[in-house]
Amino acid sequence: MNDKRYVSRSTAIAARVLGDEMMVMSATTSTLFTLDEVATVIWEAADGATPLDEIVTNKVCAQFDITPEVALKDAEVLVEQLAEHGLLLLSDQPILQSSASPKVNL
Amino acid sequence: MAATQRSSLVVEIGGLPIRLHCDDPAFIRLLSERYQGYVTSYSGGLQVPARPAGGEPTPAPSFDFEIELAPPGTESGDDDLTVTWDSGRWLMQRGDFRAEWNPSTARGRIEQTINPYSLDSVLRIVHTLLLARKGGFLIHSSSAIRNGRAFLFSGVSGAGKTTMARLAPPDATLLTDEISYVTRQDGRYDAVGTPFFGELARVGENERAPIECVYLLAKGSENKIEPIDAAGAVRGLLGNILFFARDPEFVKLVFDAAVGFVSRVPVRRLTFAPDARVWELIQ
Repeated sequence: MNDKRYVSRSTAIAARVLGDEMMVMSATTSTLFTLDEVATVIWEAADGATPLDEIVTNKVCAQFDITPEVALKDAEVLVEQLAEHGLLLLSDQPILQSSASPKVNL
Repeated sequence: MAATQRSSLVVEIGGLPIRLHCDDPAFIRLLSERYQGYVTSYSGGLQVPARPAGGEPTPAPSFDFEIELAPPGTESGDDDLTVTWDSGRWLMQRGDFRAEWNPSTARGRIEQTINPYSLDSVLRIVHTLLLARKGGFLIHSSSAIRNGRAFLFSGVSGAGKTTMARLAPPDATLLTDEISYVTRQDGRYDAVGTPFFGELARVGENERAPIECVYLLAKGSENKIEPIDAAGAVRGLLGNILFFARDPEFVKLVFDAAVGFVSRVPVRRLTFAPDARVWELIQ
């Protein structure tokens, strides 16, 4: 049984780093979110192929003074919240996303 | 052989001419009065002075819209505005109008009752969609030119947009008290006059100038200007940029437009007491 969790950034978002903040806008709800430094690290590493616990160990704990257990618990809460808003996809399998979206010709 | 000439006029906002056709010459005449200063061509039986666009040759219309007038009383005031992309067309619908626009053919159609305000909404939507692709936008703000530079005063309803316009000194050229038109060209952002007005009920001057600063309005007991960080500036702008379509690609374009703008143009917080001295800070 695979108890890994995989996270992938949704294609229906727009994101930019501004100053010290990562701003993410949901393209489906037009809602704007601001991610702190730790959340930004997880966000940027959410490639759909790397399990969340590896992201926490190799990225978060490598950059911030936090134990893997606490960091993973916090990360689980964070990705659940981001997934609720449609910013991240969660799966117990690696996530392959199509970047194709309906083309709008203005 | 007799030829029937349909009534039409060209409304040019932000350098984008849109020709409007209608079988009812009285309605076209009504529009020519509503958009006075922005009409570059008129064919309706009655002569209304057309603005020569600063003396430059008038460009050919970029888009054509047929207006079909529905009988009075057929509108439904309760319907919210929806703007959707479907099968190569933008569909726009509210209680008082239904419109579609095909960017590929540059043609559109509007069904509405006899009032200029429905058309106002359609024009705002069309310009919003077109500007997004070019990094520009329409934003809830008043704006004015002073010393060759444009200043925008942005905020939600009641924030003081019209108040700032009313308090403007005589040397300021008012572009709008309600909806500002922002264009981007070669990395430069300009504010352009619009016929879209608010409580002032006055069409803005059809002028253009590079934007010096955007002020996010707040009312207070004293006049002061404060800096805003980049993230706060983007948040502030996105809260006021006109945003009709919920299409994901369009949302990304608007987001990128706001971010691009903030990287080039200062956005600050302007707290002001409602008296003319606030303009001493706007130089």
